[in-house]
Amino acid sequence: MSITQPGDGAEAVISARRLVVRRGGHLVLDDLTCSLAPGQVTGLLGPSGCGKTTLMRVLVGVQAITEGKVTVLGLPVGHPRLRARLGYATQEPAVYADLTLGENLRYFGTVLGLRGRRLAEAIAETIARLDLGGLDKRLVGTFSGGQLARVGLAVALLGRPDLLILDEPTVGLDPVLRRDLWSVFHGLAADGASLLVSSHVMDEAARCDNLLFMREGRFLAEASPAEVLERTGAPDLESAFLALADPGFAPRAVQR
Amino acid sequence: MNRELPAPRGFSPVLAGATARRVLTQLRHDPRTIVMMAAVPTVMMILLRYVVSDPLLLNRVAPEYIGVFPFVIMFVVAAITTQRERARGTLERLMAMPLGKLDLLAGYGIAFALMACVQVTLVLVVSLTWLGVTLPGSAVPMAVVAVLDAILGMACGLFASAFARTEFQAVQFLPAFVLPQALLSGLVVPRDHMTAVLRWLSDVLPLSYAVDAMQRITTATSWTSAISADVVIILAFTVAGLVGGALTLRRRTS
Repeated sequence: MSITQPGDGAEAVISARRLVVRRGGHLVLDDLTCSLAPGQVTGLLGPSGCGKTTLMRVLVGVQAITEGKVTVLGLPVGHPRLRARLGYATQEPAVYADLTLGENLRYFGTVLGLRGRRLAEAIAETIARLDLGGLDKRLVGTFSGGQLARVGLAVALLGRPDLLILDEPTVGLDPVLRRDLWSVFHGLAADGASLLVSSHVMDEAARCDNLLFMREGRFLAEASPAEVLERTGAPDLESAFLALADPGFAPRAVQR
Repeated sequence: MNRELPAPRGFSPVLAGATARRVLTQLRHDPRTIVMMAAVPTVMMILLRYVVSDPLLLNRVAPEYIGVFPFVIMFVVAAITTQRERARGTLERLMAMPLGKLDLLAGYGIAFALMACVQVTLVLVVSLTWLGVTLPGSAVPMAVVAVLDAILGMACGLFASAFARTEFQAVQFLPAFVLPQALLSGLVVPRDHMTAVLRWLSDVLPLSYAVDAMQRITTATSWTSAISADVVIILAFTVAGLVGGALTLRRRTS
């Protein structure tokens, strides 16, 4: 079983019930309910401005909620105990450009509670996983776009989090690097982590175990890639995405 | 549901120390900034020495400037550094991690206080030797008050940065907040000669007490209770700035 029904189990890694976020009078997230099983790579898809980043910021605990109940790893979002168990990467790398890679990782690792040998091991493992070897002593400000994106991810992976929230981690990267990163994501899921990855590139949707489609702050569908194709009757995920993104499309058709 | 849950612990010296080290490492990678932070007050003093030229007058005004220059520089550096953390997303990343707000502020405080010590030592050594400024008593009270002024500038800068959306705005805070304070602090015109309204404004601005303490140190042979009173007020403004800074660091934004 690849999908859990809304609110059906305590083991859900992310559980949202009737989540509403209003910002400056504007409804950004409109009555979202979902429940995601652990150990999966879930793709969060939808057109730009549909609320993907806001949803991710809610899950990380940096966005205030207007209404509803959201739990992550069994704890309410924003709970202090979640801070070391979540990995978060934003579209911007959000690292210190005027520090070397090693200095960045040592600082963020210390903040995550890693010390001494455990810190050194976590850094070595992360550098190897993201293929950043040999860049340790270079200033992050001199990195290429692809290297920079991996540094942002490295900080998110450093604390070996149970849940990774990655906001468009592969945007603007070349196909080889994108393929490599997706194999990293699947490797992390195989090691027991859960991942929520936002994207608007449809060939990436096919690599996810489970997909959440959003439009204008609402979920349109929660299904595996195969189910999405079946339900929309589209020949490929690109067409399915376009069908779902079309305001004339009736959302009920793909909901259970 | 919307209430903010308490942090796992209030304050961690290890994390404050790690943050201070990180800030100092950032500075170390930027030698030009270090040189400017350390040398600009000294260069300004040398300039003042030749602009004033009268040794008696220099002796009276130099200590006031020794208190003001570190304040101004630390204000700008702290305001821009913090604004940069906000703009580049590192602040949001840290707020999503197990780092207390106090850890972050204390880390900044430690790093900038160390820089202030370097700055003040250099300006004092040059002023008291080469420039021939003389003090009735020991140089220690002046060094202590000058470092406290620098830390006060840092605290005000941290607080002010919360109101800057861009680095450009943060730079504008120098003329907007610091220059009026310098005008009203007694540096240009003695506070006793000001009209009631200006005097009242001067009384509520932190830099006035920095200048006041320096004026007392130049005339007293030893530490007096009036200097202590100024120092207490400087410390109170520093704490207020840091608390204000902590309140404007939000884990969650609406």
